[in-house]
This record gives sequence, structure tokens and C-alpha cells, in this order.
Amino acid sequence: MMKRFFTVLLPSAVLLATGLTGCVTVKEYQKSRVNDAEMELSARKSEKFEQNFYLYREGAAGANGGKSGGGCGCN
Amino acid sequence: MKKICLSVSLLLGLLRMGQAQEAPAYTKRKLQIQEINLVSSYYEQGGNNSAVTGGIGSEFLRDYAQSFDLVLKTTDHRNRQHTIAFDFNVDHYTSASSDKIDPLTISSASRSDTHIYPSISWNVHDENRRVTKGISVAYSTEYDYKSYGVSVNFSKLSVDNNRELTLKAGAFFDTWTVILPAELRPEGYGSGADGDRDPVDHKPRNSYNASFSLSQVINKRLQAFFTVEPAFQQGLLSTPFHRIYFNDGSETVERLPGSRMKLPVGLRLHYFWGDRVILRTFYRYYLDNWGMKAHTISLETPIKLTSFVSLSPFFRFSNQTAVRYFAPYGTHAPTDRYYTSDYDISGFHSQFFGTGLRLAPPGGILGIRNWQSVELRYGHYARSAGLGMQANSLTLLAKFK
Repeated sequence: MMKRFFTVLLPSAVLLATGLTGCVTVKEYQKSRVNDAEMELSARKSEKFEQNFYLYREGAAGANGGKSGGGCGCN
Repeated sequence: MKKICLSVSLLLGLLRMGQAQEAPAYTKRKLQIQEINLVSSYYEQGGNNSAVTGGIGSEFLRDYAQSFDLVLKTTDHRNRQHTIAFDFNVDHYTSASSDKIDPLTISSASRSDTHIYPSISWNVHDENRRVTKGISVAYSTEYDYKSYGVSVNFSKLSVDNNRELTLKAGAFFDTWTVILPAELRPEGYGSGADGDRDPVDHKPRNSYNASFSLSQVINKRLQAFFTVEPAFQQGLLSTPFHRIYFNDGSETVERLPGSRMKLPVGLRLHYFWGDRVILRTFYRYYLDNWGMKAHTISLETPIKLTSFVSLSPFFRFSNQTAVRYFAPYGTHAPTDRYYTSDYDISGFHSQFFGTGLRLAPPGGILGIRNWQSVELRYGHYARSAGLGMQANSLTLLAKFK
């Protein structure tokens, strides 16, 4: 498990660090597009219950907002 | 000269006024409603691999869900923003499989339950230090299940407001009422039904999770979000009324290890393409110590038909391997240490596709200024596990500001 943890995490961190070096400083007045309501960096509010059924009907969960614990869903 | 003196004194007077305005005078600010969201959803599924009947039998289920969330905001004397959010959710479902826990009451999809789960969160954002701290508490209740949760969060924003690091930690303390299938109840063991005085067991299930997230504005059109969310569960992780039929014809209830470690890693990339199209992409890799590995990818493309109408087709694909304790109906050996025939944790791939329609006119919906937007979303879900499972969901969101 720990070995797999690092095989997942290390490439992700390297990829992320490489990606971040390509970032440019964006001023507040240049953020009209990234501040658009549809650009929000999270699942949409209307996906709330969809995320619940993914949690109940699939074994994989997390890393996308939504419920991460509490409640059964055992139906 | 007179004019110069008059001008100077006027200028000084204005400067003094300006200074008085710039001074950080504290004014008491009321708690104000920032946002209200109402979400209604209908979900229906069909399939024939119910875990309640050992991996065979109807999975037919209908769920009606309602959610109300209210976000309040205020500013304190140190100019920190306080956000208090109330979230109240109710699910009411009818389930054919739950009806089979007690065969004496078999009557198709008549078994129903109501799941209520409210939560309250409080966040404080300090603009000067670019820091947000918060705490939230949650409660969840179902007929045979109760949960209490608490979580804390901390975020730090970069000087240029383009990068944010967030740390979260949470714990959920849950209690099962152990309802067993009727034919497997020991002598004197209760059914768990209202009015039945025979005792039933109660077992804990606790979950602990953390998350480390980084969001980054990459350029004027592209931003990214990366998150790692390790989670640990312990206690009764099997479902007490899930039946198992062994290869020798004998029967018992599902048995799974008492702990589970999960590790999901997610990456979101959102790109504003041209003036009308947004690409929302998401990828998740998941693994746990029960032997499951999963890849999930989704793409949603909101298209702005006009400045206030957008159409959002979406597609999600997920692939997971089975946990090592899974086997179909009648194939587990009685000598196995752990066993489950729950197809939710079997190996399969799933697809979910559909579309959303969002209206956000500048003057409000139906001319009601505070009704900022309305969104309708339909999706069809298909899962390849066992004989296959199909589901449909319809969601309506109304946002008020």
C-alpha cells in the first residue's frame, strides 16, 4: 500500500511542480474568465446528489468533494 | 492671495475629510444572506444483483432528495469575513432489496426509509493574512444508522491570489443498528422493527479523513486543482443484512475486514475556450488496501448559448477492480475468511452521461431579482457489474442571492 502510495503521489507531485513552473501571474482585472461561475474549481452544486449515488454504487470515493463519510447508503 | 488662501484651506479641509474616511472606522455589520441554494433530485435504478439477496434479486430503488443550503456572511471589527453555512438534506427512498431483509414482509418495493443529514460550517477569512480557517459539524440519521461528524479546514492564499493551499481533516463517528436477515437471527435476537422488544446489537463504524489540496490559476483561461484525500475506516464495515450463499448451499451474512485505508488522488483542469465554451475536466486515481484500484474521468463542456443561457453536456467514465473478498452468488467457500457478494465493490466499468441547462438572466428568473439562476440536469448511468445496472437522475437547482 505504501509503495503504491508513493508510485501515485510522486509522479503527481512532479507533474504538478512542472506544470506550476509554466504559470503566469494573472492580475485581478484579467480574471474575468477564470472567475466565471462555470469555471469554479469544484463539483457543481447540481451534482450534489449524483456524487452521493457514485459513493453508494461504486467502491471508489473521494477527491471530488461530496460526502466522504457519515451515513450508510446501504440500500 | 485671498483666493490662494481659500484654495489651500479648502484643499486641507478635503484632505482631512479624506483622512477621516480612510481611517479604519469600525461599523457594526449585520449578518447578511449571501446565497441560498435549493436542490431537488429524483433518482431511479434497476438491476438484478442485490447484495441483500446474496448477489441475485431486484435492486430496484427510487430516491427523492431535497437540499436547502443557506450561506450567511458578516465582517467583524478586525475586518475578517465570517461565513456561516447551514446545509439541510433529506432523502426518501423505496427499495426492493431492503424489503427482502425479512422474507415474511416481501411485498415488492414497499420498504422505505428517510435519510436526514444536516450540517453547519463556520469559516473566517482574514484578507490581510490571506488565511481562511473553518470548522464544521454534521449529523446523519437513517432507520438503522446514525452518524456524527466534525471537520476543520485551513487555507492560505498566495500574495497574487493565484494559488491556494488547503488542508482539511475530518472524523465521523457512526453507529449501526445490526439488523440481520430474518432467517439468520439467533433465538431471542430482535428484528429491529418498532415495537419489537427483543434486543438488537449496535456496532460502531468510524471514518477519519484528511485532504491536501492546491488550486492554481495557470493563465487567464486555465486553472487547476490537485487534491490527495487519504481516508481510514474502522469498525463494522460490512452491511449486516447482506446475505452470502456459499458453494455448499449454506447461508450467512457478509463479512469484511474491520479496517480499510483509502487513497484517492484527483486533478481538475478547467479551461475557458474562446468566448463561449468551457472545458471542465476531472481525473481521479483511487486505491485501497482491500485490493481495489479505480480510474475515473469526466468531461463537461458548458456552452454559453447567450450571455445568460448555457447548455452543459457531460460524460463520466469509471473503471474499478473488485475487492479481493468479492465473489458472485454461490461461489464463496465456507472456509473463506472474508466474503461479500455486493456488486458495488465488484469489478466493473460505468458510464454516466447527460446534459444540464442553466439560466441566469441579469434581471433574475421570472423578473425576481434575488432568484439568480436555475439549473436542470438529467443523466443516465449504466454499470457493467453482474447482469448490468441502469439508473436515471434528474436534478433541479435554484440559486438565490
